[in-house]
Amino acid sequence: MFGLHYNLERSAVGLVAFIVLVASIGGLIEIAPLFTINETVEEAPDMRVYTPLEVAGRNIYIREGCYACHSQMIRTLRDEVERYGPYSLAVESSYDHPQLWGSKRTGPDLARLGNKYSDAWHTIHLNNPRDVVPESKMPAYRWLLREQLHTDDLGEHLAALRAVGVPYTDEQIANAPLDAYGQANPDSAAAGGVAERYGDATNIRLFDGEATRLTDMDALVAYLQVLGNLTDAAHQPQPEAE
Amino acid sequence: MIADLTRAERLWAMLILGALGLIGLAMAIGGRNDLLGIHGWIVLAAGLAGFIAVMRGRDAPEPGAERLHEYYDAPTRVGLILTLLWAVVGMGVGFWVAALLAWPDMTFDVPWLSFGRLRPVHTSGVIFGFGGNALIATSFHVLQRTTRARLPDQISPWFVLLGYNLFCVIAASGYLMGLTQSKEYAEPEWYADIWLVVVWVVYFAIYMRTLARRKEPHIYVANWYYMAFILVVAILHIVNNLAVPVSLGSAKSYSLFSGVQDAMTQWWYGHNAVAFFLTAGFLGMMYYYLPKRAGRPIFSYRMSIISFWGITFMYMWAGSHHLHYTALPHWVQTLGMAFSVVLLVPSWASAGNALLTLNGAWHKVRDDAVLRFMALAAIFYGITTFEGSFMAIRAVNSLSHYTDWTIGHVHAGALGWVAMITFGSLYSIVPSMFKRERIYSQKLVEVHFWLALSGTVIYVFAMWNSGVIQGLMWRTYTESGGLTYSFIDSLVAMHPYYIARAFGGLLFLLGALTALYNVVMTIRMPAPAPAPEDAGLDIPAKPALQAGE
Repeated sequence: MFGLHYNLERSAVGLVAFIVLVASIGGLIEIAPLFTINETVEEAPDMRVYTPLEVAGRNIYIREGCYACHSQMIRTLRDEVERYGPYSLAVESSYDHPQLWGSKRTGPDLARLGNKYSDAWHTIHLNNPRDVVPESKMPAYRWLLREQLHTDDLGEHLAALRAVGVPYTDEQIANAPLDAYGQANPDSAAAGGVAERYGDATNIRLFDGEATRLTDMDALVAYLQVLGNLTDAAHQPQPEAE
Repeated sequence: MIADLTRAERLWAMLILGALGLIGLAMAIGGRNDLLGIHGWIVLAAGLAGFIAVMRGRDAPEPGAERLHEYYDAPTRVGLILTLLWAVVGMGVGFWVAALLAWPDMTFDVPWLSFGRLRPVHTSGVIFGFGGNALIATSFHVLQRTTRARLPDQISPWFVLLGYNLFCVIAASGYLMGLTQSKEYAEPEWYADIWLVVVWVVYFAIYMRTLARRKEPHIYVANWYYMAFILVVAILHIVNNLAVPVSLGSAKSYSLFSGVQDAMTQWWYGHNAVAFFLTAGFLGMMYYYLPKRAGRPIFSYRMSIISFWGITFMYMWAGSHHLHYTALPHWVQTLGMAFSVVLLVPSWASAGNALLTLNGAWHKVRDDAVLRFMALAAIFYGITTFEGSFMAIRAVNSLSHYTDWTIGHVHAGALGWVAMITFGSLYSIVPSMFKRERIYSQKLVEVHFWLALSGTVIYVFAMWNSGVIQGLMWRTYTESGGLTYSFIDSLVAMHPYYIARAFGGLLFLLGALTALYNVVMTIRMPAPAPAPEDAGLDIPAKPALQAGE
């Protein structure tokens, strides 16, 4: 064996070929089957897509690096289920490009945050966490209420998401900026179309408490309020946590 | 550096830099309504500045043919300085974000000063800025010495070094503006990723072209590691960053994969960024500089073979241990755990090989802080790989995952192993690279060593404590069967450890500043009068073997 190696290390091309071959095996065996084995992701017929406003909010969550301190993956452990709710299923993040499972909990897990607190609580908390949680170590995101949300290219965002596999319709893509406005302005004419295109379960509210304009706060709160609510699958009977 | 280039190479440089400027201009125009435009201006400025610099130096006399009998070390020299500058930036931001966790009001209502945007500047600054520059600079140095061949030309090494730093600048400035893919250690957006692929292909080509001209029949073990680093990082980078941009005028993209497949791909990437960027590359460094400095041959050739192929094969299976108890199928978690545990064998073979090489040279470890840096790095490498295998066990991981224990583990590796082997290697070549007789101050190297060691120990102990406490508090039950602590209770308990961690980081940062000062002062020392027979040869900092050995 060492004699063989003695010859291998005399050939640069041979070394390269061998390194690529040896290093590829693990990934091929562990990753490739995840795309083909059907049980990897559960069936969830009630699974809905993110609305344009929620997509925008998710992008703000990514922009501010929230994932560095908050996970969105409840493990199958008893204390996690009791603290955060039913453990996360693969299907719940199947429209998440990329996933935001996270790796660190400097703050709590957010997989089931949706509808746990009021919109007003979120707005105050994001504006300055220590106004509602004095011991918090989260930064104050005061600029979220100041920044006007960019909605004009949301159609392109939805189209890109469709290209990677999220089932948006042509109608949803064409009306994306309008629907973003409508979802945060329940009294406007645009609000009706949102429920029509995204379902009656969609939250259509004044997320940041102001009707005048659409802010980054509207979008982020809309996203936080839908976390864990895209499908009911996790609340159906599942194997017991360890 | 322009005087090093031949006339044809100067023309090529102007062509490449001009093309880079044009790409920047196209990005600036296409992305004028987007943050992409700002990056366009940065690329344009980099291209223009380079173009003007080459243009002004284009009439300098051509280098003589005698250069072909010497090694080409100018890119290594610049790379070493960039390594130290990125160390100060990356560790400085690291200290700042550590302080933010203790005192969050220091965000001052400025978006780019918030923790979430600064944190990737720290991680990328240290891994890619500090680590990457160290790898590029030392790989050029080691490659030439172990093949006894000069780099193939004078322009592609500069393209790799400067192009790579452009990538680092685009990455870090993007995070501050909020541009990130959110995938840990793969945050840069699609256009930066494509640029890195271009740089990487040229880097690989330099390796192959130099090896093709080697005068040594055997490829030395350090080069196996550098090659594995270049090749596997390319595979990981390309697969994990597959994405569809919103438009050609938009910086934002959506990853091709979603949910569980994306999570597995990300941690296959993430764990092997540790394996092939932060381990393989630095093992290459260790296999050359440690025996050189100790003046002893590597203890066992067979152990190097076993550890090299073991690491190359097994690390690629281990990524799924980042996803224990998640929605990832159980069989993948189990495979990841099993391979992570077995991985201890090749890891300790490398650490053991390094330490056994020092047998007979321990008096040098005692007297020479530079060699002590490298010896300590090997010890920390052994500690960290043991801890890593341990934490990959499912039951242990249930406690450690999501806590500061992971952060402690990472820093035992990053500070104790990666940074120590880098500083040791750097100190050992700075005098010969800059043609000085010795380092400016051996005392300051000693000071740096103790700052680095105490900083690492304080940091790691703080995070071990906070992580284990956090993990235990989350799963403590009252007698009546309810959870004892709210999440915020565990956060409050972390406060003293976060202060201790910031202090440990500060010590380490001070050490890096000491190194920067020491190297700058070394360069500013007068050059020794060249002895005629030494011209063109490396001046060893110390004789390789001491008299009487």
